[in-house]
Amino acid sequence: MEETLVVQNVRKTIGKKEIIKGLSFSLKKGEVFGFLGPNGAGKTTTIRMLVGLIRPTSGTISICGYDLQKQFTKAIQHIGCIVENPELYPYLSGWENLEHFARMVPGVTMHRIQEVVELVGLQNRIHDLVRTYSLGMRQRLGIAQALLGKPTVLILDEPTNGLDPVGIREMRQFIRSLAEQEQLSVLVSSHLLSEIQLMCDRVAIMSKGEIIRIDTVEHLLQEQARTYWNVVPINTAKEILTNETTVIGEKDGAIVTIYESNETIARCNARLIEAGIYVSGIERKLPTLEDLFIELTGGETID
Amino acid sequence: MINLVYNEMLKIVRKKRLFIIAAIVAVLVSLFTYAQFKQIETIRERIGTTDWRTQLQQQIIDTQNRLNSTGISEEWKKFLKIRLQQQQYYLDNDINPMAPGAPTFMRMFIENSIELFLPLLVMVIAADLVSSEASGGTIKLLLTRPVKRWKVLMSKYIAMILSTSFIVFSVALLSYAISGIVFGYGGWNLPLLTGFSIQGEELNTAAAHLIPQWKYLLIEFGLAFFVSLVVGTLTFMLSVLLRSTAAVMGIMLAALISGAILSNMVSSWESAKYLFMVNLRLTSYISGMAPPIDGMTLSFSMTVLAIWALGALIVSFYVFTKRDVY
Repeated sequence: MEETLVVQNVRKTIGKKEIIKGLSFSLKKGEVFGFLGPNGAGKTTTIRMLVGLIRPTSGTISICGYDLQKQFTKAIQHIGCIVENPELYPYLSGWENLEHFARMVPGVTMHRIQEVVELVGLQNRIHDLVRTYSLGMRQRLGIAQALLGKPTVLILDEPTNGLDPVGIREMRQFIRSLAEQEQLSVLVSSHLLSEIQLMCDRVAIMSKGEIIRIDTVEHLLQEQARTYWNVVPINTAKEILTNETTVIGEKDGAIVTIYESNETIARCNARLIEAGIYVSGIERKLPTLEDLFIELTGGETID
Repeated sequence: MINLVYNEMLKIVRKKRLFIIAAIVAVLVSLFTYAQFKQIETIRERIGTTDWRTQLQQQIIDTQNRLNSTGISEEWKKFLKIRLQQQQYYLDNDINPMAPGAPTFMRMFIENSIELFLPLLVMVIAADLVSSEASGGTIKLLLTRPVKRWKVLMSKYIAMILSTSFIVFSVALLSYAISGIVFGYGGWNLPLLTGFSIQGEELNTAAAHLIPQWKYLLIEFGLAFFVSLVVGTLTFMLSVLLRSTAAVMGIMLAALISGAILSNMVSSWESAKYLFMVNLRLTSYISGMAPPIDGMTLSFSMTVLAIWALGALIVSFYVFTKRDVY
């Protein structure tokens, strides 16, 4: 698959402190790539480096084969982005905002503006002042301006921030369709695992300025999924479960095991019942980001 | 580039800044016109309306007497001769020097606004050109377009120059149009004395001569435009350096006001003449008022201002193109 954005060993030092410690990753055509990490992990700094707002101390970023430092205008032409909140000019209308940015990109026609407005579904309010827009509408206008120049790579920093549940779902579907139908590479950052999980093909997990792991979402989740057993008496049950699967520990009066498959759960359940143990609940839980983190950074496991 | 400048002008216009400035000028001009009108009225009451001709004639005779008396220097003689010419012109053309029409009001207005009022207006525009983009977060969108950073800044600088031109032009236009209602629109050819300067205690009249008022106004407005550009450039630099428009305005305001105060008290602190704010009263050199510090001349002040502006411009472009945007 074709690689659209390639990042090699990018570092950023501010003063004496290295805040980004050698990132390398690449985006493929038509995939949604997630950037997952807690606040302060360096997601936004990295994204700012990708769009040329911050100069990396070392390392290279290339977009469609153009080096971002050396051939800035050629490279940035292939990028559409929203960095943090979609901040547009509140005293201009949505349409005027789009026109404003269209004038800065060669070859964007009125027709194209109309097209992106329809794509994000803002036709009805586009001539109103941005000041009167809701956060969701601003977010859409932000995406519209990012799509103006027909980018190959779309970079969205926390795109669902501040949206209501319906808005979040729409946004998710919209991002998926951009990747699948328009074959864009989309980079999405978030601190919510559930969001990344529903939207992304691959995910990079960041912590303290480093990428700890890059993998497909399925892989990552399968490895980290857990089964919680509410059983009485707990000690006998633990013995039985240890024979059938891997017990990690106890949490809130429940036994925690690694999730393997639904068959394993059914089998374990049958054994427990045979042994006369009282099973009041079996629950499959996806890891919270915190858990995933603690495990990936080699910290203590839950117990 | 034209597109970029168009964008910047659009933003300035849509923020209604230019409109507000024009309104401020209109209000102030009306105020001063009324004040001037009142003043002339009081003078008229004291002298009497028809009396000014006899008064002028009396002045002319006085001057002639002094010219004929012995023991005055050649220089002084020359000055008096020019003075005589001017007074004679007023009498011959039936012009009351006390109530001379809109162009004279314009001259008075620009001479009094060059140091503080005009720079303040320019500051209002220039202060938030860059800082408002930084504090509003729109700078991120602006700098992630396929346009080099220096071009983005250049378009803003050009927009600043255009706005400054608009301000100076509207001050000229409004002061003429509004004061003309009261004083009449004539008086463009009134001869005015210029070219003399005060050096220490001496009045240097070597280059003194008369020029028509329209030429005089052209020079003064040219100088006012120059001063506005310099102040605009300095504000522009602060706007690049600081995120907060209020901070930019605060610093500029402090500098401008301290300049107005310093001008009155720095005559013994000689190196103060290299500060930009004591050099703003360029029109004083034309009307022949004493400079705040000995040895300051028109070309000296203009050079100092130009160097400050150039420095500010270099700093602005260097910082803007190199800076990391957070």
